[in-house]
Amino acid sequence: MHTQPPTPCSALDGILQHHGHRPTELLQILINAQQLEGWLPAPTLTYLAQALRLPRARVEGVAGFYSFLYTRPAGRFRVLFSDNITDRMLGNAELMDALCRKLWIEPGKLSEDGLVSIDATSCTGLCDQGPAMLVNGRAIGQLNHRRINEIAELIRQQRPLAQWPSEYFHIDDNIRRRDALLNLDMKPGAALASAIARGRAGWLAEMQASNLRGRGGAGFATAVKWSSARNAPGEPKVIVCNADEGEPGTFKDRVLLNTYADLVFEGMTLAAWAVGASEGFLYLRGEYSHLLPQLEAVLARRRAEGLLGMRILHEQGFDFDIRIHLGAGAYVCGEESALIESLEGKRGTPRIRPPFPVTCGYLGRPTVVNNVETLAKTCLIALQGGEAFAATGTAQSAGTKLLSISGDCAAPGIYEYPFGVSIARVLEDCGASDTQAVQVGGASGICLAGYEFQRRIAYEDVPTAGAFMIFDGTRDLFEVARSFVHFFAHESCGFCTPCRVGTALLKGFMDKLADGHGAQADLADIDWLDRLLKNASHCGLGSAAPNPVIDTLQKFRPAYERRLVSLDFEPAFDLDAALAEARQLTARDDPGAHLQTHEEGTP
Amino acid sequence: MSKQFLLDGQPVPFEDGQSILEAARKAGHYIPSLCWHKDFPAHGSCKLCIVKAAGRHVSACATPAKEGWEVESNTPEMNGERRGLLQMLFVEGNHFCPSCEKSGNCELQALGYEYEMLTSRFRHFYPDRPVDASHPDVLLDFNRCIFCELCVRASRDVDGKSVFALTGRGINKHLVVNAESGRLADTDFSKDDLAAHICPVGVILHKGPGFAVPIGERTYDTASIRSQKLKEEES
Repeated sequence: MHTQPPTPCSALDGILQHHGHRPTELLQILINAQQLEGWLPAPTLTYLAQALRLPRARVEGVAGFYSFLYTRPAGRFRVLFSDNITDRMLGNAELMDALCRKLWIEPGKLSEDGLVSIDATSCTGLCDQGPAMLVNGRAIGQLNHRRINEIAELIRQQRPLAQWPSEYFHIDDNIRRRDALLNLDMKPGAALASAIARGRAGWLAEMQASNLRGRGGAGFATAVKWSSARNAPGEPKVIVCNADEGEPGTFKDRVLLNTYADLVFEGMTLAAWAVGASEGFLYLRGEYSHLLPQLEAVLARRRAEGLLGMRILHEQGFDFDIRIHLGAGAYVCGEESALIESLEGKRGTPRIRPPFPVTCGYLGRPTVVNNVETLAKTCLIALQGGEAFAATGTAQSAGTKLLSISGDCAAPGIYEYPFGVSIARVLEDCGASDTQAVQVGGASGICLAGYEFQRRIAYEDVPTAGAFMIFDGTRDLFEVARSFVHFFAHESCGFCTPCRVGTALLKGFMDKLADGHGAQADLADIDWLDRLLKNASHCGLGSAAPNPVIDTLQKFRPAYERRLVSLDFEPAFDLDAALAEARQLTARDDPGAHLQTHEEGTP
Repeated sequence: MSKQFLLDGQPVPFEDGQSILEAARKAGHYIPSLCWHKDFPAHGSCKLCIVKAAGRHVSACATPAKEGWEVESNTPEMNGERRGLLQMLFVEGNHFCPSCEKSGNCELQALGYEYEMLTSRFRHFYPDRPVDASHPDVLLDFNRCIFCELCVRASRDVDGKSVFALTGRGINKHLVVNAESGRLADTDFSKDDLAAHICPVGVILHKGPGFAVPIGERTYDTASIRSQKLKEEES
């Protein structure tokens, strides 16, 4: 047992004070409290529960939900390797292995001196400059063996993060193609002034004329969402910007928040003007916490300029302000009702819908949840009018779309295109060759094979939140699908039976195939699980979880079939694997310590 | 005239706001459930009440009935999905019915019979969570939890104690009690709480005389869960 120093109550009191002892701030309080000791000891949870007058079990429930909160000792240096397929393609496994060997620890375990722990985490949104890692929450990209050697040394010397070379933490925007949004050079407040001049109803009419649809992937008409919230009873109304950009392969919101934060906050304020909202939240994924100081500075400047706060731009009755709420490693919080639960300081479990957030959202109030890109785009509409916006793109998909391009291409980064651009055109522009497949829309999206490259990015053809991962002829699409299946199993909130158990079973089947124990019967079971997940899951995470398997089984079936050892059945129990512990205990790994499980010889 | 929808071709009357499941049971049609309880709002986690309404899969407990809907429930397709969900619940926990005091009174076991589950089909997860026998009156076997949250809800909303909560995520989600020690004895739980009597499976077990009613003569040994639940509805 570790003997722990007594919990510094005065420090906890300061954190509680800062958050006004509000139970809705529980997640924020836990994130801050963890910074004291690097993890959340049991007495800390008890103390916080008492101070907030919450049942301790509820606090423990929340602390146990988020990947970046630790209820068991973690290292003073907590290293998390980003484990998206694009990180894997850039060799993250080898780098993680190298760092573990240099520091003499095993992945997922704490070093005996409590100095360091190393593990993997879901995509951190640096796919254009991977492989990437988080150290105590700070993002580092462009890892290579030299950098890993240096990091090992810095950790061994126990050098505080503030003294690490600053270039480690430098993150590029990598904007490769600009169109209407990324070319917009707007004076802060210009869009707001224009919308205020139109009046609330006039501004909403402009939004309706624009045909703007949600850029988070689902494509719901933004004006419809806004007017539903505007007409719903209940005050004060809430605008939430969903910056929980967790979809593997997506990083456009990172760039918008880094360089175009004014557009995003102005968009939120434009939404507040239309809806009559007075409270705003930016839900920022924990992986992007490095953006927090600069975003707070932008908010402070906007307050000073009269663009936030009471009587915005001197308009009587237009009061609106924005707070930033940090996530802590939970992809499911990108689902809007789970995000709202998380905003309320709870576990991020998706709600039963209806009622929808527009009528019953944050604390039961009408709440608009919009994607970062959607909100930024509203500035264009306010400045140039709805009709001008609607005139670009395609019939059902007005405007432009930001694509986050990564994988096998010469120039990964952000590309802005008018909707309707073909996959082939995008591939050409980013310098991809010998492309075998493209995963559009991230893990939950669609895997397109060569014969589909004439299809177009648009809601009516290939809808996407913006992820665009490219796989050339050398890649194994089975491994791509397997990595996404692992991702969903890790990120399932565990609320409903099909997703909680189904994603874990699917992971087991994919691993069985990868280990060379697959049989035809497994493919039938995979098919069956895919269908049940699609049909029976409580939210979009579960119903999207089988997508990568469904697509690759259909389009790249040989990648699965060549792994099968039997045409009918192979047991899931692997006798040789079960002996691994015995081999470790006896320090033997010679042929005599292994069982020949396939004596007939495998193909 | 009251509104109605069609359940497997049979007309079922309903009132506004009533769920498909409530209306069906009231009209004498059984839709299975584990996490649903008449005294609590719909939870929608077990998904056993899954039906096809107007061509879409929905949870019958959480979906308000709609005039004129055609709902499929007792069909080979839906029952096949239910059997699959039951198999998932069985392999996820440690459900060794012959040695469980809840056998015969267990809703999971009864539904296994009802939906003709003959094998567990998938590999078992064999969770290894220590049993909590600290409380004088009640024993907790966390390895049988199906995450219906009935104890969580009953303790919070009726008993006013919040003795139980869920922590962890995904397949690692698990039940915890409201004490820093993690022991039930260190909470204000009592054997007379509603939460002590609401578990549909064998997590919350009462100490003292066991097997007072012999296996073979228990609730679901004598009649199917379908007929028992419909009988409860009538009374």
